[in-house]
Amino acid sequence: MSIDLPAGSPPARVAFYNDPKVRSIAYQVALCAVIGFLVYAAARNAITNLERAHIASGFGFWNNTAGFDISQTLIQFDSQTSSYGRAFWVGLLNTLLVAGIGIVIATILGFIIGIARLSKNWLVAKVAAGYVETIRNLPLLLQLLFWYNAVLKALPEFRESFVIPGGIFLNNRGLFIPQPIFKSGIGWVLIALAAGVVGAIVFYVWARKRQERTGQQAPVFSVGLTLVFGLPLAVLALAGFPLAFVFPAAGRFNINGGIEILPEFAALLFGLSIYTAAFIAEVVRAGILAVSRGQTEAAYSLGLTPGPTLRLIVVPQAMRVIIPPLTSQYLNLTKNSTLAVAIGYPDLVQVFTGTVLNNTGQAVEVVAITMAVYLTISLATSLLMNVYNSRIALVER
Amino acid sequence: MTMAEGDLAVTEIRFVRGATIAARPPPAAMTGALGWLRANLLSSPFNIALTILIVLLLAWVIPELVKFLLIDAVWTGADRDACREVVQHRTIGACWPFVWERWSYFVYGSYPIPQRWRVDVFFAMLAIGVVWMLWLEAPRRDLGSVYFFVVLPITSFILLTGWSAIGLPPVDTALWGGILVTIVVASVGIVCSLPIGILLALGRRSRMPAVRLFSVVFIEFVRGVPLVTVLFMASVMLPLFVPEEYSPDKLVRALVGIALFASAYMAEVVRAGLQAIPKGQFEGAMAVGLGYWQMIRLIILPQALKITIPNIVNTYIGLFKDTTLVFIVGIFDFLRTIEVARIDPKWAAPVTSTTGYAVAAIFYWIFCYAMSRYARAMEARLAQGDKR
Amino acid sequence: MTAAANSALRLKPGQLNTPVAVELVGVNKWYGDFHVLRDINLKVMGGERIVICGPSGSGKSTMIRCINRLEEHQQGKIFVDGVELTNDLKKIDEVRREVGMVFQHFNLFPHLTVLENCALAPIWVRKTPKQDAEDIAMHYLTRVKIPEQAGKYPGQLSGGQQQRVAIARALCMNPKIMLFDEPTSALDPEMVKEVLDTMVGLAEDGMTMLVVSHEMGFARQVANRIVFMDSGQIIEANVPEEFFNHPQHERTKLFLSQILR
Repeated sequence: MSIDLPAGSPPARVAFYNDPKVRSIAYQVALCAVIGFLVYAAARNAITNLERAHIASGFGFWNNTAGFDISQTLIQFDSQTSSYGRAFWVGLLNTLLVAGIGIVIATILGFIIGIARLSKNWLVAKVAAGYVETIRNLPLLLQLLFWYNAVLKALPEFRESFVIPGGIFLNNRGLFIPQPIFKSGIGWVLIALAAGVVGAIVFYVWARKRQERTGQQAPVFSVGLTLVFGLPLAVLALAGFPLAFVFPAAGRFNINGGIEILPEFAALLFGLSIYTAAFIAEVVRAGILAVSRGQTEAAYSLGLTPGPTLRLIVVPQAMRVIIPPLTSQYLNLTKNSTLAVAIGYPDLVQVFTGTVLNNTGQAVEVVAITMAVYLTISLATSLLMNVYNSRIALVER
Repeated sequence: MTMAEGDLAVTEIRFVRGATIAARPPPAAMTGALGWLRANLLSSPFNIALTILIVLLLAWVIPELVKFLLIDAVWTGADRDACREVVQHRTIGACWPFVWERWSYFVYGSYPIPQRWRVDVFFAMLAIGVVWMLWLEAPRRDLGSVYFFVVLPITSFILLTGWSAIGLPPVDTALWGGILVTIVVASVGIVCSLPIGILLALGRRSRMPAVRLFSVVFIEFVRGVPLVTVLFMASVMLPLFVPEEYSPDKLVRALVGIALFASAYMAEVVRAGLQAIPKGQFEGAMAVGLGYWQMIRLIILPQALKITIPNIVNTYIGLFKDTTLVFIVGIFDFLRTIEVARIDPKWAAPVTSTTGYAVAAIFYWIFCYAMSRYARAMEARLAQGDKR
Repeated sequence: MTAAANSALRLKPGQLNTPVAVELVGVNKWYGDFHVLRDINLKVMGGERIVICGPSGSGKSTMIRCINRLEEHQQGKIFVDGVELTNDLKKIDEVRREVGMVFQHFNLFPHLTVLENCALAPIWVRKTPKQDAEDIAMHYLTRVKIPEQAGKYPGQLSGGQQQRVAIARALCMNPKIMLFDEPTSALDPEMVKEVLDTMVGLAEDGMTMLVVSHEMGFARQVANRIVFMDSGQIIEANVPEEFFNHPQHERTKLFLSQILR
């Protein structure tokens, strides 16, 4: 039975407080009002409290003299003349250094362990699984403290350093290795290195083109390796080894000469790498398992041997699944490097949010700047990751 | 009978089996320990080399570990001399008397000794709550949720901080320490992060632009910065934002930091669960006439949470490990009590630090491993529900 | 097109070296304690088309997967075109080059286009120049009647089209023997015919084929022999008319009563 409405009758009227549109606007206005009020109240309290404590505001502190020393600096830093701003850069560089090297080590270790977990050798698979289960279930801070206090700090005093042939001293103040001094002629070695890299790339491209034309394959990997490593080494020998080393020597109060690798740096590096490698191992394992067995079976049934099968079929598909969580782990490693503050490694947080904040008292500005740095790194990486994902997504209907 | 090439129509083609063949056991080389060894460990020269390497590694590590923890360990003693090689004239392993003596410090921190029964009651109540929530066949689990999320927090708060009116002398949070603090921080994080995370996840999917904007900004901001900076922000900046008379105590600041941090990560986990719910569920609920909050509470959330329980538990494992970071803002969690105890001159010996870390490792490992086993069991259970 | 490519485009399948294409002698296989293949004896002549049928779990797929060494047998001997299959990797590679396989779930490489899927093996295994490999691929894609899909990715094709690409991909290696492991079982009914028609065309060209399938219509049309397996052993083998009309063994009769209605 149909209902006849007179033509042109207006839609049913609804009380305004039941209209979903009105409600939605009301909720949003209420939310903004509450947040706005909280922000306003917080700001007002902050200004009062800061004034009362005679703490300056603004970013003027950036150019003030720091007045403190930093134990590891990749750029020039002097407690008498360098500014807080410079201390910021020192800290940031230290963070990037430990994060960069940590990422490399963690990736290599993580891939090895991840692949080992899938090995047919029962012992290898179980040991790898044991590694992952142990490391993942222990807090990173505990591991760092262990490495720092129980291992590195427990090394002997410098008078009784471990001496490793080649002029390397190991004691509780750090690892002292010979410092390379580059004499004239080293430029040729660098040119040779560049030439080796370019040569490897050129050979690769030529080999690909030749394979397309004639079907013949060339040993790209071995040739490339020889060029990149062999050429510089050859030039090094020909030029008569224009390389000298300043060897560390035991002085009265310390080891002099050479490069000093701080135990704080080493502990942070080991801890971060070993911890993150366990997570990367799981990511790699999941990625390889994601490629169904049918793919390798199809490749084998076509006559492909395991090498090309891995290279052309399994790895490309596995990398699609591995790369997004892998970058997420890289980000975690970078953020976890902030635990440096617990063992005294002068990373960005320890130097800036630690010492500089204590000296200037300007908590709001300092913490804001620190967070902005990490936020930028995170967002930039997420953005790149989204671009990568949309580029390589498998094409489907 | 021979077959000529191309000659296909011969009687050999036809075959009918007489007696069927019974199943036989596999040949000896394949089975038993020997067969397994050959297949798994010794199948190729490379494999053999690996096996030898690993066996050597294990033969070095495992005996060392057992020697340290058990054989060479010292079990009784009064001070450092019991654990020093120069005094005992033998190789010393773990210094267990150090752990026995400081154990109550590790568990309660500096909580006043006559009041420690309150902490014990708290632990017991928490254990009941956890079992009630995790044991899926427990009776009246709805009451269990109320107990865990409402009754327990309130009573624990009163019990631990004290309320003179009912005869519980107040105990300042600065005195709390050790396992007590770790459990409190973890519990608060777990209890708060799930509801707040759900709200944030719903907010992120909301059609109201202001709500969605706020949720996205909050989640991406908190997930993009390290927990250490969030804790610094909470412990250093929170007092600034609040008028002086309400200045929150140190533990509360750390709790706020941890709770907000965990909520942002939980929000993403819940969001993944919500995304897995087919649109038909929302439409069906709306068609039946349920309002938004009813739909969420009765239809959507139960399904979404069930799907993501393994990920929720994984987030909780991360949260439990992250409680150690309150160390950095001066809170005496379990790890910090170990740090403080190991440098005590009374027990100064080369093995003290390692013993302390071993205890910490055992504690954290047991909890985290138990949680991960639970997550895996849940995952298996959920997968079962989809099998026909 | 080069002379090499021309010869690769023989319409006839690869020439066998011996009259016997595949021979299994006393083959036994165990999965752990489970005796999955029991005393299999089978001789397949060049140009024969064998359809293997039987209840699930009877070992049919396992048997043909042993022929290209995707599975290993523990006892007995397997000869493919005179080459014995052992742990010798060189022999295994040789056999796999000459035996093509089509899988139930297609197993196309999703990150490569259809053309790249087909040209991959000729380029990397037979070291064919790229252009020739692509010409060969286009030839076989035309044979299976989907040349226009060459630039698409497998995810963009229907199930029937994907399986035909899988057949073309196997053919690009110019195999002497083709193995089919339930090629139509994963397809929607309306796509089964296009794949079966392709396989009939292959049979008419004289390809030696071993097909595990339940498609009895196809068997009647094309098979020289039907082999029935159950519980890991060959129960009965016969020419199609005899097999369907006069089954001898009890189990064969039971099986046929279940699948033919």
